[in-house]
Amino acid sequence: MELLDLSAVELGTAIREGKTTAVEAMEAVLAQIEQKESLYHCYVRVDREGALDRARAVQKKIDEKELSGPLAGVPVAVKDNLCTQGMATTCASRMLENFVPAYSAEAVRRLESAGAVLIGKTNMDEFAMGSTTETSAYGVTRNPRDPQYVPGGSSGGSAAAVAAKECFFALGSDTGGSIRQPASFCGVVGMKPTYGTVSRYGLVAYASSLDQIGPLCKTVEDCAVILEAIASHDEKDSTSLQRTDTDFTAGLVQDVEGMRIGIPRDYFGEGLDGEVREAVLKAAGVLKDRGAVLEEFDLSLVDYAIPTYYTIAAAEASSNLERFDGIKYGYRAQAQELHQMYKTTRSQGFGPEVKRRIMLGSFVLSSGYYDAYYLKALKVKAMIKGAFDRAFEKYDCILGPAAPATAPRLGESLADPLKMYLGDIYTVSANLAGLPGICIPCGTDSRGLPIGLQLLGDCFQEKKLIRAAYTYEQSCRE
Amino acid sequence: MADKITDETIEYVGILAKLELAGEEKEQAKKEMGRMLDYIDQLNRLDTSGVEPMSHVFPVQNVFREDVVTNGDGSDAALANAPEEKNGMFVVPKTFA
Amino acid sequence: MSKEYETVIGLEVHVELATATKIFCGCSTAFGGRPNTHTCPVCTGMPGSLPVLNKKVLEYAVGVGLATNCEITRYCKFDRKNYFYPDNPQNYQISQLYLPICQNGWVEIDTPQGPRKIGIHEIHMEEDAGKLVHDSWEDVSLVDYNRSGVPLIEIVSQPDMRSAEEVIAYLEKLRLIIQYLGASDCKLEEGSMRADVNLSVREKGSDQLGTRTEMKNLSSFRAIARAIEGEKNRQIDLLEAGKTVVQETRRWDEAKEDSYAMRSKEDAQDYRYFPDPDLAPICISDEFLEEIRAGQPEFRTEKMKRYREEFDIPDYDIEIITASKHMADLFEASMALGAAPKKVSNWLMGETLRLLKEKGQGPEEIRFSPEHLTGLIDLTERRIINSTVAKEVFEVMFEKDIDPAGYVAEKGLGMVSDEDALLAAVKEVIEANPQSVQDYQNGKEKAIGFLVGQTMKAMKGKADPGRVNELLKELL
Repeated sequence: MELLDLSAVELGTAIREGKTTAVEAMEAVLAQIEQKESLYHCYVRVDREGALDRARAVQKKIDEKELSGPLAGVPVAVKDNLCTQGMATTCASRMLENFVPAYSAEAVRRLESAGAVLIGKTNMDEFAMGSTTETSAYGVTRNPRDPQYVPGGSSGGSAAAVAAKECFFALGSDTGGSIRQPASFCGVVGMKPTYGTVSRYGLVAYASSLDQIGPLCKTVEDCAVILEAIASHDEKDSTSLQRTDTDFTAGLVQDVEGMRIGIPRDYFGEGLDGEVREAVLKAAGVLKDRGAVLEEFDLSLVDYAIPTYYTIAAAEASSNLERFDGIKYGYRAQAQELHQMYKTTRSQGFGPEVKRRIMLGSFVLSSGYYDAYYLKALKVKAMIKGAFDRAFEKYDCILGPAAPATAPRLGESLADPLKMYLGDIYTVSANLAGLPGICIPCGTDSRGLPIGLQLLGDCFQEKKLIRAAYTYEQSCRE
Repeated sequence: MADKITDETIEYVGILAKLELAGEEKEQAKKEMGRMLDYIDQLNRLDTSGVEPMSHVFPVQNVFREDVVTNGDGSDAALANAPEEKNGMFVVPKTFA
Repeated sequence: MSKEYETVIGLEVHVELATATKIFCGCSTAFGGRPNTHTCPVCTGMPGSLPVLNKKVLEYAVGVGLATNCEITRYCKFDRKNYFYPDNPQNYQISQLYLPICQNGWVEIDTPQGPRKIGIHEIHMEEDAGKLVHDSWEDVSLVDYNRSGVPLIEIVSQPDMRSAEEVIAYLEKLRLIIQYLGASDCKLEEGSMRADVNLSVREKGSDQLGTRTEMKNLSSFRAIARAIEGEKNRQIDLLEAGKTVVQETRRWDEAKEDSYAMRSKEDAQDYRYFPDPDLAPICISDEFLEEIRAGQPEFRTEKMKRYREEFDIPDYDIEIITASKHMADLFEASMALGAAPKKVSNWLMGETLRLLKEKGQGPEEIRFSPEHLTGLIDLTERRIINSTVAKEVFEVMFEKDIDPAGYVAEKGLGMVSDEDALLAAVKEVIEANPQSVQDYQNGKEKAIGFLVGQTMKAMKGKADPGRVNELLKELL
């Protein structure tokens, strides 16, 4: 048994059955990290000693039958914008280089009480702003499928760690595609659940109305199991939903007979890479063969999603990131005068992409521009939500690519931010409308780079997505 | 529309956001912000009259806590990451004239 | 001054609500405590922390809104007010701009020209800031977040007031309503009630508003009155000199009795308000509103009416007693303990007011309990102490809220009921004062007063003067 090839669920089973232990699994992961990390740089922090201690403690609980869940003993990597008690949480920013939270994110806490064992913190775009993991203050992460390419972002470290077998699964966050797009680029499974399904408590906010935490993992089964573990109603998060339908593993059924799948023509138009198009449509064909009813339709408003998204996200970010001022935690520049201290601290502590979005966000909220930009974007958001509502009257899910192309080469993207933003065209709408979305691998291009298939569902319909994704995944294995 | 981003705009937004951009960085910011706003301006092609702005996606309402003290002494945790501390307080450049 | 001017004043009143916990977290709002002890990730703006609204804050805000004749906004939201300052840990304050909880209300004040309605533009909920302390050793400032996140309501009036007297009448009216609700103790000096004054002047008869200024840092009625006077004159002087008033925020310096503009290039006054995405909107149902309405206390007008019907005390007393929630509570608690209305009222109108005035205190600062006041009345009723001793005991009770019965026993202040001892004393006084005895027996009735006094002196004041009088008459 090659431990590192097991999925999270398979590893959990092996540990429960006594075929291996949490400690052996952690040792295997740490050895893999030792070997691969210098090349891929998935992590900003690996807590070797702590990870082994935690693995031993969890194994003891497993032995004493205190822990028996599917994730007990399984090593997990966590994106560095999720607070981890006693372990530095930097958001890959100089601004938070030595910030050690006194509390853990609710999602992390839930995973730990399910017995998952924290390895360390994964690299990301600074404050989750970026699509390539190149805006990290701590160096780029490389795509394990081909190290000349980016892993995507902003949860690039998490996706790469899964792909490089440097963990068994990882947590990421998705504000405009930050789980689904790196999953697509790295050839792993990633899911953003319905807004409010996973508590945001302890997630360092980028854009509060859009941020959701979700899994990056090897299989659809893992995805359902992890989501089931982290979904919860949390009284600490006012936007957390009280759902009674979080038995996501019930969706692990190979059956799409009669499932109505909409294929938006506007997702397959100009700008979509030919190989990606072909792979995604081929995947649709697999579902059709399994009995799904495919239909092309016009979603509408697709071109408006990105300007709407960047306006809202930048506005919220400009406010959310005001707290980084050099007073309570993190980086501080020395200055005699208060406002000079603020300015120097923030100008030195934040990287260019973060500053860009803060400037844009402050501008669109400023006196004289609020109505023209921010309010306008909130109205278009309502219209986009309306377009999805109409689509889901007809379809169980919407199928399309996760990104217009496969991973770009390292160093190609940051020179032209607007062009980079356009790459989010298929993912941002789900965040604006609060919808769940899953990305699963559906082949590779001629360079061998993974292509991702994205399925979007109506709010609360994660199980339909899991069912379709699981059916596709299993069909490909046959 | 990009012409609305002048040096003054960058300076004004810098005051609001407490960011100081100079030289090349400032020129870059001016250019990029102008481009981005031009791009966002395409939203104006959409007629949104009569559309209610949507700030929250879900009709989640009335989320409250009871008025019961649940937290104890939080000073150690509050100050643990402080760049500069004195007498159990955070130190800042003087705020009084 | 050639022209006649009119002053136009509107007020922004911040009131700290009397909740046990902060507005968005479970930290205590108690005063005191070492710096930063009443803090958590939420009220220190730690990354990843999230606010959750304290229900009591909403209840108080709606209560104040109903009591000030406001419309309650059925769908309301919180907004973020963005500005950088160290007392504000997130560098945005969670407040309400677009949909405040209460709108379009009014309260009535008494003026020399009769009652007048002062309009209330809106009441909104928000969080208080932390405290900045100057450290002169190192010439830096220190931040304490214990007050950060303490709930406030801000009551914004219409520009309906024309004089300092009206402003003070309005503030007193608000204070009484809020104290009756139990929503706050409204102490200006301690900052649980804070008033910012928006003032402009215009030529009398004009219906245009002049340019206004906002005056901050007013921590007493006296400061408010002086600041209004000072700012009115400053603006008139400017206009008379052909200059213009600049719209600005000014800080009142009570020691110098002067104000200065708070201007800074870094203070753009562009707060970029937008709906807080971390908080769910609030929907006020009919049931919720009815619940709050049903829970509203008896306000002053109703209370005065009831007192007139239930208690045989003068209207003047009723007015004084109900002018303070604390005094009215004290009065009613004493009634519940079975004390006679007139006796209680006498103590309140007489000695209590006298001592308050002497010490420069307000009725809210009365410290003695209804149990002890009732106890004192009982001691006099049962003739255990006489009225002179009662006043002495009351003074101590006023200061320290001692138990009068215990105090009287401990200090041996009770009247001597031992008839033999009294008789002996009376006899001694008769023997020692033959001239007075002679005078009395010759028909000079007044002489007996001297003998009573001598006996009381001999008894160290602890005798019932009535009984002494009786005994003297019997023996003579």
